[in-house]
This record gives sequence, structure tokens and C-alpha cells, in this order.
Amino acid sequence: MNLIQDTLNRDRRAIARLISHIENGEPDAREALAVLYPHTGRAYIVGVTGAPGTGKSTLVNELAKAYRRLDQPRTVGIIAVDPTSPFSGGAILGDRIRMRDLAGDAGIFVRSMATRGSLGGLARATADAIKVLDAAGYEVIFVETVGAGQAEVDIAKTAYTTIVVEAPGLGDEIQALKAGIMEIADIFVVNKADREGADSTVAAIRMMLDLNHASHVEGQGWRPPVCKTIAVRGDGVPALVEEIEAHSAFLRESGLLGQRERERVTTEFEYLLHEQLMRQFVSRVSPEQWDELIERIVRREVDPYTAAEKLLREMT
Amino acid sequence: MAEKKIRVLVAKPGLDGHDRGAKVVARALRDAGMEVIYTGLRQTPEMIVEAAIQEDVDVVGLSILSGAHMTLVPRVVNLLRDNGVDDVLVVVGGIIPDEDVPALNEIGVRGIFGPGTPTQDIVEFIRREIGDR
Ligand SMILES: Nc1nc2c(ncn2[C@@H]2O[C@H](COP(=O)(O)OP(=O)(O)OP(=O)(O)O)[C@@H](O)[C@H]2O)c(=O)[nH]1
Ligand SMILES: [Mg+2]
Repeated sequence: MNLIQDTLNRDRRAIARLISHIENGEPDAREALAVLYPHTGRAYIVGVTGAPGTGKSTLVNELAKAYRRLDQPRTVGIIAVDPTSPFSGGAILGDRIRMRDLAGDAGIFVRSMATRGSLGGLARATADAIKVLDAAGYEVIFVETVGAGQAEVDIAKTAYTTIVVEAPGLGDEIQALKAGIMEIADIFVVNKADREGADSTVAAIRMMLDLNHASHVEGQGWRPPVCKTIAVRGDGVPALVEEIEAHSAFLRESGLLGQRERERVTTEFEYLLHEQLMRQFVSRVSPEQWDELIERIVRREVDPYTAAEKLLREMT
Repeated sequence: MAEKKIRVLVAKPGLDGHDRGAKVVARALRDAGMEVIYTGLRQTPEMIVEAAIQEDVDVVGLSILSGAHMTLVPRVVNLLRDNGVDDVLVVVGGIIPDEDVPALNEIGVRGIFGPGTPTQDIVEFIRREIGDR
């Protein structure tokens, strides 16, 4: 199996194996990504995030089917991220349970990923897995993540369109939404619209949008729509697809797509540079020297700013 | 930095609707530090093999209580082979009569775990088999 060539030919085993190598930080993954890079940048990336159990996987399942049913069907890649247990380092990745309808369609590839280590690490492994699916020719890529933490914000920066999924009866949740997720939502979905309270959830989101008109997206001419869906029945999904397409068209026509891509590439590049510089630098400091410096800062013999400056001066 | 994790697909082929055992095993494997892809009830052999490929798992764990193991397990094993997946460990859990064990071993199923097997035994078996690679 040639991981690179076979990935470009959309061989599912090669794609899957390459994503594993990325997750495991194996050296050949980096080489492969370098070769694949010119083949990326064609996929449209959609982030789907929201609180646990709001119906994200069910919705992604329906969205994938909808994209496959278009007059000009588009191939779909799905990356479903679930948290790693901080106690054991293991994880149960259960999003496929809701995606059984997608089995047997060669135009769909589903991969589950655990968050594993650091947040930055997750964002990068996910971003690299997206590149693999992109290079393999999947045209629309959905990335499902849980919650509203920094990881979601990082992943949202990777997506062109970010969908925030809510469900009725999560009053406190809406409060929490305000904190950071407002800024990343391009489209809101109130799923489980068959349940009581869907309309008041819609109203609550609209109200927050009104209070927030200075939010970055809206400032640039896009007010996030609020869609109601019943994902278990597929209701409201065609309208959601239309909103995704409308947002995509808006980004293209306004020139924001290029700007988002540039911001994303900048963040990614800075992160990598930061990581590599740090590694290079730290490798030149002996552990004893390092420990001693930390100890001196702890004892208040030197402040961290001065210590950093001094170390940098000594090492360069 | 990043380290290799054992990835296990836990699947329930066939029509029986009990997944309690499968869930207990899934949690035990997670608690042992493995990444468990849980696919839920009523999986066809085709769905199981497709998931095993896309998820690039090291282990496929089949939970079968319906008595249909002598048809389902060979179908999964054959499909894996037909798809060129030759490096996956297949284990089976459920009610498997002793007389069926040799035939399952014959087609390459190494781990067979009856009801009441301590989950630690399953964890250790997987670690030993995967570690051997
Ligand atoms: N009543 C109702 N239930 C739904 C709807 N959509 C999803 N569900 C159910 O909600 C539960 C959770 O759905 P998932 O799709 O797994 O939700 P999720 O957001 O992906 O969950 P996590 O990945 O665990 O955060 C399942 O039992 C679904 O069947 C809906 O529109 N109406
Ligand atoms: Mg989910």
C-alpha cells in the first residue's frame, strides 16, 4: 500500500491508515501531508458543534444524505470528534451509531477521532485529517465536535461554515452560548423541533443575535439564520442545506472566503512555527539549567519576564 | 507527544436487541486506555467491515447472542479478507457453544469470550495479541 498515491486514488484503507499515522504523530505522515498539500483546498468544510446529545450526529447523517441526493451529488467526508477520558486516555466514539444510513455509499467516508492530548494537538490532527479527505477528493467535509470549549473555536476556524446545534429546553445552555459560541456560529440549528419549546429556543437565539449585531460575521454582512430541524425524520434538512450553500456563496462573493483561508493558514503556520521553535530552543537548554531557572522564579529571585529575556540572550 | 492507541470496533451483528454486554466491554476497553468505536445494534457484516476499514481499527469485536455466530462470523472474516484487511484481530463475545469453537479458531478467530468473562481477561488478551505485532 502506497499511502500517498492510494489516498489520491481515494482508496479507503490508505486514507484510514494515513489518518491513523497523523493521529499517532508518525514521521511518514508529515511527508505524506507535504506531498498531498497541493491537492488540498478544494473541499468545502462545515463544522457542526453544540452541547452533548443535541442531535449533531443525526443531523450530519441527514446532511450527508442530502448532499448525496443533490442533482449534482457531492461526495462527503465526515470527521466526528469525541473527548478522550482524562483518566484512562481511552475513549468511546459513538457517533457512527447515528450514521448507519451512510453505510455502503462509496461517496461517503466517516472517521471518528478522539481528542487525545492537548487542544492545539486536536485542532492540528483534525485539520490534517481534513486535508487527507480533501486530497482524496471528498467535496464536502463535516466536522462534528462536542461542547463549546477552545477546541470548538479552533476547529471552527478550520471550517468555512460553522453550524451550532441547539435543542429545546436547554435554557442554561443558551446562556452558556453567549460566552463564546455566538461568535463562531454562521448558522444556528434548533434541532428536536418535535419537542416542546422549540419556538422559544428560536426566539431566544434571535434575541441574542439582535443584542449582538456587532458580532464579527454580522458586521461583515451576514446575519446567522436560525433553522428548525427534526433530524430523526430529516425535516428541515433541505432548508439547512440551502443556508449552507447561501453562506458559502456569501463568503465567495464577499471575498471573505479567501480572508478566512488566509487567517486559518496564518494560525496554523504560527502554531507550527511556535511549536518547532520551542522544541529547537528547549533542546539546547540542559534539564539542570531549566530546573534551576524555574526554581529561581519560584523563589522570587527573578521574575519570569527577566528570566525569559536572559535565557534568550544567552542562547542566541 | 502523540502515541499509538489501540483502536477497537465493537459491533453487534444480527438481529438480537441486547447490547448491554457489548457496552460493558466497550467501557472496560476505554478504561484500559483504548479507543472504542461503538456502532450500535443490528449491524450487517458489510457495515462492520466498512467501519473497520474507515476507522483503521486494530481489533474487531463482535458481540453475538442470537446463536447466528456460525453464519455471521465467517461472513465478517471473509469480507475483511476480500477487502484486503489482513492485519485485524477478530474477537467474538457471546454465547458460543464449545463445539463451535474449533471451527471459529479455524477461520482465524483467536479470542472467544463467553458470558461472564471478566473484562480484564479481554483487555489482557487484546493487549497481548496487539503487542505481539
Ligand atoms: N425527538 C428527537 N430526538 C432526536 C432528534 N435528533 C436526534 N434525536 C435523538 O437525540 C439523541 C442524540 O442524538 P445524537 O445525534 O447522537 O446527538 P449528538 O449531538 O451527536 O450527541 P453527542 O455526539 O453524544 O454529543 C438520539 O437518541 C437521537 O435519536 C430530533 O430531531 N428529535
Ligand atoms: Mg454525536
